[in-house]
Amino acid sequence: MSNEPARGAAPAPSAPFGPEAHVMVGSADMFVNWARKSSLWYLLFATACCGIELMQTGASRYDLDRFGAVFRASPRQSDLLIVAGTITHKMAERVKRLYDQMPEPKFVISMGSCANTGGPFYKDSYCVVKGVDLIVPVDVYVPGCPPRPEALIDGILQLQKIIERKRNFGAKKA
Amino acid sequence: MAIFELLQGKFGDAVAELQSEAVRPPFVVVSAASLPEIARFLRDDPAMKFDSLMCLSGVDCKDRFAVAYHLHSLAHRHYIGLKVFLPRESPSLPSVDDVWPAANFMERETFDLFGIVFEGSKDLRRILLPEDWEGHPLRKDYKYPESYHGVKL
Amino acid sequence: MTRPTEALHTQEMLINMGPQHPSTHGVLRVLLRTDGEVVVNARPDIGYLHRGLEKIGERVTYAQFMPFTDRLDYLAGMNCNCAWAWAVEKLAGIEVPERAEYIRVIVSELNRISSHLIAFGSFTADMGAFTPFLYSIREREVVNDLFEMVCGNRLTYNYARVGGVSADLPQGFLEKTKEFLDYFEPKIDEYNNLISYNKIFVHRLANVAVISAKDAVGYGLTGPNLRGSGVKFDLRKDEPYSVYPKLEFDVCVGTGERGVLGDCFDRYMVRINEMRQSVRILRQAVAQIPEGPVIAKVPRLFKPAAGEVYFRSECPRGETGFYIISDGTTNPSRLKIRTGSFVTMNIFETVTKGLMIADIVAVIGSFDIILPEIDR
Repeated sequence: MSNEPARGAAPAPSAPFGPEAHVMVGSADMFVNWARKSSLWYLLFATACCGIELMQTGASRYDLDRFGAVFRASPRQSDLLIVAGTITHKMAERVKRLYDQMPEPKFVISMGSCANTGGPFYKDSYCVVKGVDLIVPVDVYVPGCPPRPEALIDGILQLQKIIERKRNFGAKKA
Repeated sequence: MAIFELLQGKFGDAVAELQSEAVRPPFVVVSAASLPEIARFLRDDPAMKFDSLMCLSGVDCKDRFAVAYHLHSLAHRHYIGLKVFLPRESPSLPSVDDVWPAANFMERETFDLFGIVFEGSKDLRRILLPEDWEGHPLRKDYKYPESYHGVKL
Repeated sequence: MTRPTEALHTQEMLINMGPQHPSTHGVLRVLLRTDGEVVVNARPDIGYLHRGLEKIGERVTYAQFMPFTDRLDYLAGMNCNCAWAWAVEKLAGIEVPERAEYIRVIVSELNRISSHLIAFGSFTADMGAFTPFLYSIREREVVNDLFEMVCGNRLTYNYARVGGVSADLPQGFLEKTKEFLDYFEPKIDEYNNLISYNKIFVHRLANVAVISAKDAVGYGLTGPNLRGSGVKFDLRKDEPYSVYPKLEFDVCVGTGERGVLGDCFDRYMVRINEMRQSVRILRQAVAQIPEGPVIAKVPRLFKPAAGEVYFRSECPRGETGFYIISDGTTNPSRLKIRTGSFVTMNIFETVTKGLMIADIVAVIGSFDIILPEIDR
């Protein structure tokens, strides 16, 4: 990374610096977004069946660690909340509290049908929240019941693309 | 059935009828007031030895409530069911959690979902639904609420 | 010079081991009142995953309820599917073809292995050792591949049907199962060498939360928790159903090998040994499975005669019992699900008095609870 010219920037001059100079040129946004997307630490939050697929995605075969995503037990140390599983009304307030406890910038992936819309419990259940977006703002929805690990990895890669496009510095458009 | 006849002989009127038609295991219908005595007898009598309460469930038969107990004996490997019928207005019956400690959580669940009160229970609070939930969902005439704490249902 | 302790002002702490916690196996909340490090009272607060499955059961048909049984215990989806199918078949008096019964036993035992693997992996991860978790997921992924061959899904299968199973085993499944069994059996010894007899692990589990046989029966414990206290009772042997009478296996019982009979270590070892017995059952079932149809003729919207039935089967976490009351229509009139984990939580408050905070995690892990079974 350090020897190649940064994307969207002028090629690094070969003299007087030379290839051993390890200089990278780019925009501040690109650098900050690269750092944020490459180390998305997710909160270990698993309510129901999708939680097992989340665990299996982070474990042996579909290793999430290679994307820089490790699990953290505390919301204070995580920047991604993967809502995996059904959210009931009793749990809804606690999800909001966990989301509020996470420091900015924070992202939410809604994983599985239950978190997207209430899932198979949409029609007949009396105590299931019909979608976690009624409680916290969601960035990426991953469908499935439960979604395959490949689908969840795709969701995280989509989130990485969203993060790459963010503008953190400079005047915001009105 | 042998157990039914034994119970009827010992407790007389408190033991009302035997439901065994298309019912497995068969149920002995007993009165609410005599339930703790019958339960203790079924657990302690050497020929009965029903030491394991398999399941305790509330039932909403449309005109009345019922509480069904499924019992099993590890020593003699036989089964019996007990059923207590209750009126729809303020249903209540004595608790059996000092006979079978397993009954505590199951009674709390029946109270939570049906509103059946178990007198003398060690701890009778809502267990599955939030403390401030209104209504008892498993009743046949339960209306689903519109929202809870501001979140639409 | 030591200060007299009577002059020190001490206070009980109320710690909330909240619904989101890495070691509570789901959304379980435990309210801990502690005197320093020693627990005075640990009260479980459940219901954070209560989805109203019993009410849903009254509003859908018998066949439509099958996918919901997957979500009842998602680590043992096949076991719960088959338990529901057996219960409805007992209610309606439906005869299941023998090949279907063998298939059900094969997938149930494979699921028992994969469920105990997660129980083992997450328990050791809670105790602080992360490596066994990765080892167990490595084996579990092979079982997931087998299930994907059979029904297309890795976790929530919806495979059994009332009257049989939804589709026959694909070509090559039995050979792949035999390969898996040959690959997996030495792994159990690998786990024992890796962690089971590790001095720290044994020290954390032995003599913790001892449950006597009388208490275990009185509090309604079932499955490995009951057998860990020395009670030799397994529904597959004592109330046999399906084709289990034709299969030979031993019932694993706790022996108090590293501490007192009925402690956390016994419950853990019962699960390890049960995996070995499941391998034994699977080898016999794969050898004995006959040819034939895989589903009986059952109408799509079938109406069983009015009646009541209680059927229980041995799932990895205890007995899963279905009490079904039918009034002759397409939907059950009352459906009560009795699960092992719900009744196990009953004893939690009693057994955790006087333990250290770190032992609470050992107790939760040794009971191998799962929240949708508790909350339904």
